[in-house]
Amino acid sequence: MPSVRLPGPLKKLAGGRAEHRLPGATVTEVLRALAEEEPATDGWLLDERGHLRPHISVFVNGERSTPEAPVGEADRVDVLQAISGG
Amino acid sequence: MSDVLVGTKKGLFVLEGRPGAPFGVRARAFAGDPVEYAVRDPRTGRTFAGVASPFYGPKLFWTDDLDGEWTQATGLELPAGSGQAFQRLWTLVPGEAEGQLWAGGDPGVLFESRDGGASWTLNRALWDEPSRPDWQPGGGGLCLHSVVPWPGEPDRLAIAISAAGVWLTDDGGASWRRGNQGLVPKYLPEDVPDDEIALCVHALQRAPLRPERVFMQFHGGVYRSDDGGETWTDIGAGTALPSEFGFPIAVDPTDPDSAFLLPLAGDFDRVTPDGRVRVFETRDAGASWAARGDGLPQEHAYLTILRKAFARSGDDAGFELYFGATSGDVYGSGDAGATWSHVAAQLPPVYSVSATG
Repeated sequence: MPSVRLPGPLKKLAGGRAEHRLPGATVTEVLRALAEEEPATDGWLLDERGHLRPHISVFVNGERSTPEAPVGEADRVDVLQAISGG
Repeated sequence: MSDVLVGTKKGLFVLEGRPGAPFGVRARAFAGDPVEYAVRDPRTGRTFAGVASPFYGPKLFWTDDLDGEWTQATGLELPAGSGQAFQRLWTLVPGEAEGQLWAGGDPGVLFESRDGGASWTLNRALWDEPSRPDWQPGGGGLCLHSVVPWPGEPDRLAIAISAAGVWLTDDGGASWRRGNQGLVPKYLPEDVPDDEIALCVHALQRAPLRPERVFMQFHGGVYRSDDGGETWTDIGAGTALPSEFGFPIAVDPTDPDSAFLLPLAGDFDRVTPDGRVRVFETRDAGASWAARGDGLPQEHAYLTILRKAFARSGDDAGFELYFGATSGDVYGSGDAGATWSHVAAQLPPVYSVSATG
């Protein structure tokens, strides 16, 4: 299964673990699986429409990616806070 | 001692002290995240904070112990398949029934809790209001920012949305009707048809001892209703107010003829007029207004006071008033607005102020 690495604030909500192995064929599916496995994270990365929140960045194997991007069994998804704000 | 909850661009500050001297920072929470609104339910002591993380979206948290953990409330979301997402919590108000609270937010949505604020349910009648597709957002979004319960009557409520006007219910939110007669949007051409007018209400407050009386700060106008929000009378034009523009409003809990405003220069220049910070008070239901600036900066002071950044603490003659500015200053009065002093300075930009005595 693909792995997901979470930023600090989400690690606490996700059972104290930064890295999770989750099922899914796209970035969105993997993040949806995270919300199901760790309900405290529900609504934090995907909103109630299932859209990735606008200031969250996702990388697959180190390359900037999109919510629709396919992910394979050995792929790694990094979830990061976008470089934005003031 | 008084507690003042200050929501800022960089977290929640709980200030503690007595008016007349600077307050101390009793606690800070959600460091780094915008806290749009925070309030304590005086019935239970439970504190709520609406946190609008730019990364993780809007969340409501509550705690019964400011030194302990915060818990995320559930249910503040929009129906699946609606194509919309909850954007921001604007206000949270204790209701009149046991365990009842109301929360308003963007996009023009109202939630109700019946369990003291732990879980929430969307008010479907307002969500399904047929005119909703025509509602226009104000500069701060389509914000439901004011909820004013009717003392002792849990089913009677007035709410205000910028810029969708005032809405009234007598059946606990099962049905809603407009309450806008008499409001004049001076920011629109005079020949715009009534049914197309975007009514930008900035704040509502009800007079506790005379519940049918409601005061309103409008986008360029100050109004009073004496029939629970059905019709409105202009109480700003032609008075001593330096401007009819501003955001928050406060009322005197002991006198239904009294209210307080913080005028800004205008929608073109949203700072305190002429570099002077003055609270304006009426003691005759809006027939006249007088400046109350004793202790406030009167020179080179250009503050912006946002919609939720003016609050009252207490329900008797000893009530206190507090307001905060985007400059990071917070001011307080322990004598019903007669004199003021600095409560805090150099906080992050202040989004909201609430107080409990």
